[in-house]
Amino acid sequence: MFDQLVGYLQYPFVRYALIVGILIALCSSLLGVTLVLKRFSFIGDGLSHVAFGAMAVAAVAGITNDMLVIMPVTIISAVLLLRTGSNARIKGDAAVAMISVGALAIGYLLMNIFSTSSNVSGDVCTTLFGSTSILTLTELEVWVCIILSVIVVFAFIIFYNKIFSVTFDENFASATGTKSGVYNLIIAIIIAVIIVLAMNLVGSLLISALVIFPALSAMRVFKSFKSVTICSACLSVVCAALGIIISIIAPNGAPVGSTIVAVDIVVFFIFWLIGFIKERV
Amino acid sequence: MAQLSCQNLTLGYEGKEILSGLSFEVNSGDYLCIVGENGSGKSTLMRTVLGLKKPMSGKVVTGDGLSANEIGYLPQQTLVQRDFPASVREIVISGNQGRCGLRPFYNKSEKQLALENMKKMGIEDLKNRCYRELSGGQQQRVLLARALCATRKMLLLDEPVAGLDPKVTADMYSLIDGLNKKDKITIIMISHDLDAALRYASHILHIGSDIFFGTRDEYLKSRFGAERGLV
Repeated sequence: MFDQLVGYLQYPFVRYALIVGILIALCSSLLGVTLVLKRFSFIGDGLSHVAFGAMAVAAVAGITNDMLVIMPVTIISAVLLLRTGSNARIKGDAAVAMISVGALAIGYLLMNIFSTSSNVSGDVCTTLFGSTSILTLTELEVWVCIILSVIVVFAFIIFYNKIFSVTFDENFASATGTKSGVYNLIIAIIIAVIIVLAMNLVGSLLISALVIFPALSAMRVFKSFKSVTICSACLSVVCAALGIIISIIAPNGAPVGSTIVAVDIVVFFIFWLIGFIKERV
Repeated sequence: MAQLSCQNLTLGYEGKEILSGLSFEVNSGDYLCIVGENGSGKSTLMRTVLGLKKPMSGKVVTGDGLSANEIGYLPQQTLVQRDFPASVREIVISGNQGRCGLRPFYNKSEKQLALENMKKMGIEDLKNRCYRELSGGQQQRVLLARALCATRKMLLLDEPVAGLDPKVTADMYSLIDGLNKKDKITIIMISHDLDAALRYASHILHIGSDIFFGTRDEYLKSRFGAERGLV
């Protein structure tokens, strides 16, 4: 099996998939803790559906480089969703649900009405579950992904202490002179970028899993923000690598995205068990 | 000049007035208790003083060397904090964040300050413990140490003893009293506990359908004091 794996690594598309998969997993796990604690676990879901809708619009309008449409639309939605947060009339979860299913419906509608491809349901399935797109990456896409990931990780490190303050206690932070609004905006933009990146890997239905599972697993066992963040980043990278390798080796062509999520789930139960035992001892 | 003065404030939510014509002053070293029924606008007043909310009219002015973001704040616990994975040290040091500006990491003197304040609150040996596993009284001490990192001049406390048992409550009050008397920190405290307010405070602000502001003795002589049979 090891020989088989080494054999596969000869192919550039396998190497690309591993690089991109690991980078995306790393980025998406970083903000997981913040999102879970801010009660925004589902924002990943909502935003990815927005991205799906934007992609459909781009396809219908015949725009070849659809990133130019998807990225700004998703960023704007993220900003709007996180802004309304606590004091809006429509509460966070309802707003996310509304935008999420709304965008999904419009996207699917547009794709069917103005269909340019002969296999609409296949296209939809690919965008929702990311079934093959990660194995068909071009070199340019890989570079875009590497650059964006580096920016995300760098931004996270620079703003780490501020993200902590704003997540733990936004009122205290603003009262003592931290510009919470600005940092919430930065968090929203980083999330949007991560989600657009991650659509390639797991598709828009499974992104939330990539964001939440590593954070939740780490939170079972570790007790400080720093250790939870580091642990969830490591977990996410390991799970993504394992998932991609398993899906390549598996005989019946297991889809990459759902294999990664399955590994994440297994790891979550292992960590849950460790946490459970630790508390008992 | 007063450290904090509120001039003719009108407070409310979404255009609905809940309190108007409120004026009071707090001087350095004062211990002010804000009392009043539920819904009388105590928390709204606190949010306004902290600059989290704009008053509908009137203004809040800081002076005597106090700037608006130098007010330490002990909030009521939020839901988020109850399952937040954070160590005591991480939380206390985050009190310095306001001073950091764009600087990404804490410097030496800020780390030192966090350590000193943990010592002062008697939680130094808990510094690597997880916040959510501490008792209610310990958690309040952690948040108080964080507030002390943000200020050396004025603390705003929002019901600091809510949900604590009588012994821990007494400890908390004497801790706060010590900060006021020994460290000369101005205290503004929202409280439901009028007895404690009268024991420790130098000034009382009573808000509600009619407003009273004055020293503790004036309050006892006023009709509020008479109502409680305290004269």
